[in-house]
Amino acid sequence: MNPLQGYLLLSALLFSIGLAGALLRRNAILVLIGIELMLNAANLNFIAFWRYGPVPAALTGIMFTIFSIAVAAAEAAVGLAIILAAYRHSRTTDLDRMDSLKG
Amino acid sequence: MTSFPYITLLTVLPVAGALVLLALGERNKNRVRWSALAFSFAALVLTLFLWFHFDSASGALQFQELHPWIPALGVDYRVAIDGLGLLMLLLTSIVVPIAICASWHIEERVPLYFSLVLLLQACLYGTFTVLNFFHWFIFWELSLIPAFFLIRLWGGPRRASASTQFLVYTMVGSIAMLLAFLALFLATKKFDLIDLAAMAQSGQLMPAVVAKLAWHRFTPQHLALLLFAGAFLGFAVKVPLFPFHTWLPSAYSEAPSGATVLLTGAMSKMGLYAFLRILLPIFGAQMQLVLTPLLWLAVATVVLSAYTALAQKDLKRIFAYSSINHLGYCLLAIFAVVKFTGADAALTAEKYAAMNGVLLQMFNHTLTAATLFWFVALLEKRSGGLRGLDDFGGLRKVAPVFTGLMGIALFSTLGLPGLNGFIGEFLIFKGMFSLTTWAASLSVLGLLATTIFILGILQRVFSGPLNPRWSAMPDLTAGERLALAPAIGLMFVLGLYPQLILGVVDSTVIQMVQHLQF
Amino acid sequence: MTWIVQNLWLVPVLPMLAAAICALMGYRHRIAAASLAIGSMAISFLLALCAFAHVLGSHAGNGVQTVNVPWFQVGGEWLKLGWMLDPLTSLMLLMVTFVGLLIFIYSVGYMAHDDNFTRFFCFLALFAGAMLGVVIANSLLLLFMCWEVVGLTSYLLIGFWYAKPEAAAAAKKAFVVTKIGDLGFLLGMVWLYEKTGTLLFYDGGAGCLEHSALAHLVAQATILGLATSTAIALLIFCGAAGKSGQVPLHVWLPDAMEGPTPVSALIHAATMVAAGVFLIARIYPLMSVTASGSPAPSVALEVVAWVGATTAVFGALIAVAQFDIKRILAYSTISQLGYMMMGLGVGGVAVGIFHLITHAFFKSLLFLGAGSVIHGCDGEQDIRRMGGLSKSMPITFAAYTAGMLALCGFPLFSGFWSKDDILHAAHSWSISQAPFYMGAFGALLTAFYMTRQLYYVFAGTSRLAELGRDSTHLSDPHGAAHHAPVHPHESPAVMTVPLVILAAFAVLLGFIGTPAWPWFQSFIDGQPASFSFAAFYGFGILPVMLSSALLVFLGLALGWALYGRRPIESAASSDPLAELQPQAFSLLGRAFVVDALYGATLVRLNTVCSRISDWLDRWVWNGAVQAVSYFVLALAWLDNFFDAAVVNSGFDEGCESVSRGGQALSLLQGGQVQSYMRIIGGALIVLVLFLLWGTKI
Repeated sequence: MNPLQGYLLLSALLFSIGLAGALLRRNAILVLIGIELMLNAANLNFIAFWRYGPVPAALTGIMFTIFSIAVAAAEAAVGLAIILAAYRHSRTTDLDRMDSLKG
Repeated sequence: MTSFPYITLLTVLPVAGALVLLALGERNKNRVRWSALAFSFAALVLTLFLWFHFDSASGALQFQELHPWIPALGVDYRVAIDGLGLLMLLLTSIVVPIAICASWHIEERVPLYFSLVLLLQACLYGTFTVLNFFHWFIFWELSLIPAFFLIRLWGGPRRASASTQFLVYTMVGSIAMLLAFLALFLATKKFDLIDLAAMAQSGQLMPAVVAKLAWHRFTPQHLALLLFAGAFLGFAVKVPLFPFHTWLPSAYSEAPSGATVLLTGAMSKMGLYAFLRILLPIFGAQMQLVLTPLLWLAVATVVLSAYTALAQKDLKRIFAYSSINHLGYCLLAIFAVVKFTGADAALTAEKYAAMNGVLLQMFNHTLTAATLFWFVALLEKRSGGLRGLDDFGGLRKVAPVFTGLMGIALFSTLGLPGLNGFIGEFLIFKGMFSLTTWAASLSVLGLLATTIFILGILQRVFSGPLNPRWSAMPDLTAGERLALAPAIGLMFVLGLYPQLILGVVDSTVIQMVQHLQF
Repeated sequence: MTWIVQNLWLVPVLPMLAAAICALMGYRHRIAAASLAIGSMAISFLLALCAFAHVLGSHAGNGVQTVNVPWFQVGGEWLKLGWMLDPLTSLMLLMVTFVGLLIFIYSVGYMAHDDNFTRFFCFLALFAGAMLGVVIANSLLLLFMCWEVVGLTSYLLIGFWYAKPEAAAAAKKAFVVTKIGDLGFLLGMVWLYEKTGTLLFYDGGAGCLEHSALAHLVAQATILGLATSTAIALLIFCGAAGKSGQVPLHVWLPDAMEGPTPVSALIHAATMVAAGVFLIARIYPLMSVTASGSPAPSVALEVVAWVGATTAVFGALIAVAQFDIKRILAYSTISQLGYMMMGLGVGGVAVGIFHLITHAFFKSLLFLGAGSVIHGCDGEQDIRRMGGLSKSMPITFAAYTAGMLALCGFPLFSGFWSKDDILHAAHSWSISQAPFYMGAFGALLTAFYMTRQLYYVFAGTSRLAELGRDSTHLSDPHGAAHHAPVHPHESPAVMTVPLVILAAFAVLLGFIGTPAWPWFQSFIDGQPASFSFAAFYGFGILPVMLSSALLVFLGLALGWALYGRRPIESAASSDPLAELQPQAFSLLGRAFVVDALYGATLVRLNTVCSRISDWLDRWVWNGAVQAVSYFVLALAWLDNFFDAAVVNSGFDEGCESVSRGGQALSLLQGGQVQSYMRIIGGALIVLVLFLLWGTKI
């Protein structure tokens, strides 16, 4: 078993945990954490494929990852702000009770 | 054709008047009334202008305006008058001022009331001048709308059913007539009444219809009779002919008296006009085929309506039935005229007499009946709406002038010589007697019953001891006397000098009778 | 053509103009109205005198002078009206204007206290104008028109005291009954117009009474085998019978006495009721025409004679048992009109018209005398309450007696000559002797009832104060004002002078038509008169004359025996004749119950007819319309039911199922992003598995 496979399995595990968290948790913050987990799983993949890829000299994987982390930070900020606003509006962070999209 | 469009102007004038009245608004009622009267007088002046510029020596159509409108459907805007049309215009122009005077005491929605009256006047002018069935039918139907609202909005306690019955009944008749004329149009591609009449006289009309509309079950004769029946129904309801008359008494008695003046004075003449202008020239041959039943119906109209009037207690209902009776004489004469077609000189003279009698009677009935309903309006104004035969008594004591003038109008109704009613009836009887002796002899019963109920009114309302309830009833005011004087004067003038009317319509009558050969 | 013929139209038009001006005047202009009416009548009288002189001058030959004027145009032809002057017209003009003038003057006194004085003279003048129009008309149409206007004024004047219900009812009755006759007249007229093409009587050979038209008429047969001329003549006779109160259309005339007495004198005794007789005289050529060569009188004249004879006896019989002074005279008038008709039927124009003229004078005298009596007794009309008036009203008494003797046909009085003329003609009638005997019986009755009346009114002592006067007998409202005991008094000169003048005529007028000097008859026939006493001996005149005089004496004696021998003591005592024959007397008193008979049959029939037609109108014809409208409503209801129950419910069901499907689907859309994502995640897994499965294959 080469190390790439190990990293990939780890990132798949992380992604699955994040996905499960995003899909199943009731609390919006935990959902956000799940989403962050999935993002990090993707970042891990970038790094793994760059390190064990054909051209490790170019810093492409690092660049993508740094870029992605920045975006994730901004996204987390925006997401938390939305959650805060939603909380202020409805006094809850329980997603089951936020069904105003219902047609 | 390039001459000034007098007739169109005459038709448009009341419409303009109606708009002006609506614009004047509710605030100053008297201004509205006087404006309405002014417009009706303007129309009267214009009609008199036509009257004096009409060439009475000729029976041809005059003041004609002819413009193509929808050539594909054969619809032209064609208006013109002959003696008949002119007479109808004159009587409309006379009756509208009377109606306005008789409605002077209306207090609710005054502008709307008088503008409806003027609209009705415009529709009447249209009906009496337009010679294309398309427009004619529009005017014919349109006239129902103002009449309906006049009854519906200002009528008596049972106005709702009366107005609806009036509208629906006449509408049903009109639809039958419309179908008949659509059939004619399908066959001939013509809507022009004069063209259709010319085809009928030359014997081309019904063959054309049969060729086009040969339904397998109908013989040509039956098809023609069916079309005749449709057109006949429309006109018979309007006149009305027995037994299609039942809408009339309730409509006349529920309508406000001013509107009744219009209904009896002008609208009832629409039916007779249609008989003379449309049915007689176009369907004369079919009329001849079913003449005997028609005569029976007309005799029934004359006699039964007079007898029914005898049993009424409400003055307006009495005069309504009396109206039916008088129009019945006209129908009798019209039917009698088609009995013999041909050029027999002696019979032609009788037909001239009968037709002249019809036209004169139409005019006289308008004058007399309108004046009588006017008197009823004046009486209602004084009695607070009461108008029963037994509600009064001895009014002559407190209102001698009222009694005298209304007495003149009443005697004119029963055909007293020297007043306008007589010559028309005399000519009708003279013509009818030789054409249809039995019908003439039977219908004198109508004259007798008329005499009895007219004298009954004089006896029960005006004679006898004075009913103390009315001991303070005011007589006619000076203004009312002044307004009534022309109508009463005209009764005397026409009674003593009928040539005034006959001289104008005689040539038209000669032409109508001569065209009646098939 | 002279001035008077050209301007003869002025004679009727002047009074009519006066009437028109009076109608426009206020109620207060009493003197102006009376003087206008009287003045116009006086001028008309002068014109009538001129006309008479003219006819007298141009005596021989040209009998009829006419002026025809076009009136209106029918079918290119002018209908003409016209007037004419012939001996008959000139005499009638003279009579109507003269009697009319006297009655106008009399009315000034009689109506002095009436509120509607102005209207009265307006109506009277209108009547006079119309009556004169009837007389001068040369067109049956013009005659008919004036005839109707005469009927109108009769109506107005009978109902003059309109506040009395009886007067209003009597006026209506008069108009309706005469109208029934007039309808026949109208039909006859239009028939005549149709057959001859003209209604002018004389039009230079083309008139409807001239030879060619009559020959045409008599040659045609119509229903029942009558000649057309006969049928037309009989129809026109209906009108004459209505106007002249012939049986069976006489019922209006007694009731017409509700009018003021001068009206009764002028209209219902002297002139208007005689218009029917005049009409028959005017159209005598039409009445008498027979197929050439037939010696018998025409059927029309035969009918006229029989109707006249019946009426003569009928009226006289009823007059015997009346108590109202005016009703006695009214029935007497009916009877006398019967004589005139009989005279026309059996004798000819001159015979009938002679009696018409003399009757006009003595009957208007009697009515004016009765008016004077009523005036003097302050409105009392019941003869049982009068009596003794010969002392308090001597002038009236004298005049009344003269009139009464003239009416009875006392020898040498005017009625004697004219009635004798009729009886003689009836005696020599070729069809039957019955009219002669009926006439003779009537003469006997006439003498009897007039004697009875005279004794009741003038003889004995006054019974006026007796029995508390009950107001139903107060026909004239003179007495309404004061209830003090009444002292009969003579009337003022304005009333007695006309009486005296009329009395003179009643006595003397007969001498213009005696058998010895038959000026009147010759004048009518357009021949010179000759004087010869020998005429008394010809044609059985003397026996007839003697027997009729004998009958008159018999009648007078009978009257004296029953009423004069023992003076009537009290108003309550029953009539001597009633004691003799109570049943017959009561039958006569109720006028052979003709009124009740008509009331039970014709009037009721009329009412029933009107009820039936009203019922038909309300329920059958209107009911049919209602039924149709209910049928349409029922259809609409049915349609509504179909819509609601069938169409709508099916449609609703469809909608419902669509809606349910939507509801089911909308469950998916919970509004929770997570659940959407879960689906997406599930789908992703399925897709991945599918792809994996695909790559394996």
